[in-house]
Amino acid sequence: MRLLLFSSPAGRIFFISLYRFSLRIAGFILMLFVTSLGLLAITFLVSRMSPVDPVLVLVGDNVTGEVYRRAYYELGLDKSLLTQFSLYCLKILRGDFGISILTGHPVIDDLRRVFPATIELATLGILIGVLVGVPLGVLAALRENSPFDQGVRFFCLFGYSLPIFWLGPIALSVFYADLGWVSGPGRIDVVYYGTVPSVTGFILFDSALASRWDVFRDGLRHLILPGFFLGYFSFAYISRMTRFLILRELSRGYVLTARIRGFSDFRIIRYHVFRNALPFLVPVIALSYAHLLEGAVITETVFAWPGLGQYMSHALRNADMNAVLGGVIVVGLVFICLNLFSDFLKKLLNSHLH
Amino acid sequence: MNLVAFFAFLVFLFPPFSFLFPVIPALSGTPRDTLIQAWALDDVLSLDPADIFEVSASEIAGNSYERLLGYDLDDVSKIFGVVAKSWRVSRDGRTIFFKIRKGKRFASGRPLTVADVVFSLHRVIFLEKTPSFIISQFGINKDNVKQAIRQTGNDEFAFTMDRPHALSLVLSCLTATVSSVVDRKLVLSHESDGDYGNGWLRTHYAGSGPFLIRDWSPNEAIFLERNEFYGGQKPWLSRMIYRHIPEQGIRRLLLEKGDVDFARFLGADMLSILEKREDISLLSVPKGMLYYLAFNQKSKPLSHSAVREALKYLVDYQALVDVFSGGRGQVRQFFLPGGLLGSRDETPYHSDVERARSLLAKAGYPDGFSLSMDVRNIMPFTGIAEALQQSFAKGGIRLTLNQIDHRHLLTRYRRREHAIVLAYWGLHYQDPHSNAHAFAFNPDNSKDTRFKTLAWRNSWVAADLTALVKEAALESDIAERSLLYRELQEEVRRRGPYIFLYQEDETVAMRLNIKGLRLGPSFDSNSFRTIVKE
Repeated sequence: MRLLLFSSPAGRIFFISLYRFSLRIAGFILMLFVTSLGLLAITFLVSRMSPVDPVLVLVGDNVTGEVYRRAYYELGLDKSLLTQFSLYCLKILRGDFGISILTGHPVIDDLRRVFPATIELATLGILIGVLVGVPLGVLAALRENSPFDQGVRFFCLFGYSLPIFWLGPIALSVFYADLGWVSGPGRIDVVYYGTVPSVTGFILFDSALASRWDVFRDGLRHLILPGFFLGYFSFAYISRMTRFLILRELSRGYVLTARIRGFSDFRIIRYHVFRNALPFLVPVIALSYAHLLEGAVITETVFAWPGLGQYMSHALRNADMNAVLGGVIVVGLVFICLNLFSDFLKKLLNSHLH
Repeated sequence: MNLVAFFAFLVFLFPPFSFLFPVIPALSGTPRDTLIQAWALDDVLSLDPADIFEVSASEIAGNSYERLLGYDLDDVSKIFGVVAKSWRVSRDGRTIFFKIRKGKRFASGRPLTVADVVFSLHRVIFLEKTPSFIISQFGINKDNVKQAIRQTGNDEFAFTMDRPHALSLVLSCLTATVSSVVDRKLVLSHESDGDYGNGWLRTHYAGSGPFLIRDWSPNEAIFLERNEFYGGQKPWLSRMIYRHIPEQGIRRLLLEKGDVDFARFLGADMLSILEKREDISLLSVPKGMLYYLAFNQKSKPLSHSAVREALKYLVDYQALVDVFSGGRGQVRQFFLPGGLLGSRDETPYHSDVERARSLLAKAGYPDGFSLSMDVRNIMPFTGIAEALQQSFAKGGIRLTLNQIDHRHLLTRYRRREHAIVLAYWGLHYQDPHSNAHAFAFNPDNSKDTRFKTLAWRNSWVAADLTALVKEAALESDIAERSLLYRELQEEVRRRGPYIFLYQEDETVAMRLNIKGLRLGPSFDSNSFRTIVKE
């Protein structure tokens, strides 16, 4: 039976496919491992070059020499950089990201708390970016150099150039303080803290799971303004890229052929141009999303959003290296996974195209 | 045309969330039994009183833990018992016996006993965290603490020092956060690897104060609730919430909107706007914090006494208070803030460019010199630094500003890498020894000294003043002690590597319906127990 499985053509094809698939998986894991290791090594080195003394954060400013020295040894700072890095990697492999000096919590718990906040914000941002940016980009390409195109260009540059630390407070004072359309800074009103059990860490999901629609609405009202700002910045980029890709496709010969054959504009754009541009647009969107997931430090600071950006920048300023490295691992993994996912999507779309 | 309509539909469907807004009603105002404050809470590193040394956490501990002793907010020399009922001093002056009040309970419901007090002080010494020096400066260390602080009766314990220190100094130290009493059984039940429960207490609560700490969500909020087991007059408020709002402009906005009751740490410009509003009131109280400049004595021109004297005549002191504190502060030219034993109110220095120039010429620098100044990269530090840069330029001194983050500045300061530093210093407890020790005590200027005081960080050695600091700490006669601190301040003013600029008030902006807030001279004495919302 086993012999038959190997000797039959169908069996051989099955095993060859399985072998190729295993190779791909192994290659993927190897790439994930090497990239993560490189990322960790660079962050570790940069963090050790920080001018801030991490012992100072741990023991404070007013301790005796003995206490200082003990903390110095406890942090392992007396060991060589290579030993420190190896020890850290071993801990990571065991799933131990260490304790954050600043919060006193295990870094993994902190990340579980702050990363969902950033995901919520980034997801709304990218949704706005795609739903507004792609159509605007297509329309701008179709009306190249028209007043509409110029208007979109101005609107995008406006969004890209205005600093959030200026625009954010103004938007808050208009939409929150004056008009009352949205809620103020923070992720949720303080009166709702602790009213829904944290299952996923996402306020919207957790409140929906608990059927607390008042909390859901409040979470949404807090999310809208910072999400809109992130969306504005990402749609500016996405719409410009969409315009470029569509224009490139429109200049190709097949569009002219289609027009000569009498196809409608809608059919040409919908079934040919957009489809051909899509495989190139997917990585643009994926990378925009990954950038948003890094955490937008200034947006999070202005809107008092307890996300990854604020967490990591605070940790970096205070030489809380466990927190910084933990955050870097998360960001790195997100980048790698989104990149791979967009590659996969691109291939899928290309094969459909074929 | 169809295509355009389709995309136009997509584009215009999404952005106007506005159609959504009016149907979602907003909550406005704060609940009547809850006080909500907005300030930047990113300095909270721990909630363990043996560990707390930062402003925000000190205030929270001051309202949630009971300390051994307390002081009158209007006269800090009047010390009274909180957990302690009374005290007596042994004949040799080395031991103080404290009697503990009966009937107090922790938030857990357990009675507060003398064993809890002794344990709380022991763990301060064993943990050796930053504020432990407040207790260990009396010669108490890991080896002798069990003997030095010991239970001597059902409701009494002894506190024995290496030498008979001034009673007012010892008692002042025991009003600090570090003397907070923790629930021994609760803390020990969470002990891990001999850490005296520090790992757990950093993020939890085990006290007996008017409020209990319910939850701390770092960089988000801290929640306090009324402690129903509190022995004194219970707070009117059921809850108190500190919200982390890093941007001061947003804190102001929240207050104006009524979504917080207090906005803390607002700049002078914000306060002057809020002052004009009818629905907001301001409360200002002097805090024991000083802005000062320090000169590293390893830096050549700064080690010359005439140069230091010249620089003191190049500062417009009152202008700094008026511009950067909106007039909410007082010029201080000595190392003690006002209201403390021996503090001096004189202001011998004023801006006098001619005099400064002649002093510089006398020192051999008629054309001035160039130097760098380390300064924190936030207001009002950057503003003060730029003002000083302009003032010093009048004397030909070219300052380069090195604007850096707080921890970076501290690292450089502790490593003595600065030339000039613009910094901020606060009392650790309400006794003149706290600042005298910091600014004048430097028995060993070597790299590995035990005492990295401000005098050491600036490589300033004055053996006679170091001896005077010790003498004043041991002096039992109050009047004599006061004279010693006056003398010490005068010497530091004359010879020291510092320019004391001003003492700043703390100003709280609050909604008009808030009454009964009591602000003390330190953050751990700000009291919210008496607050009522009308």
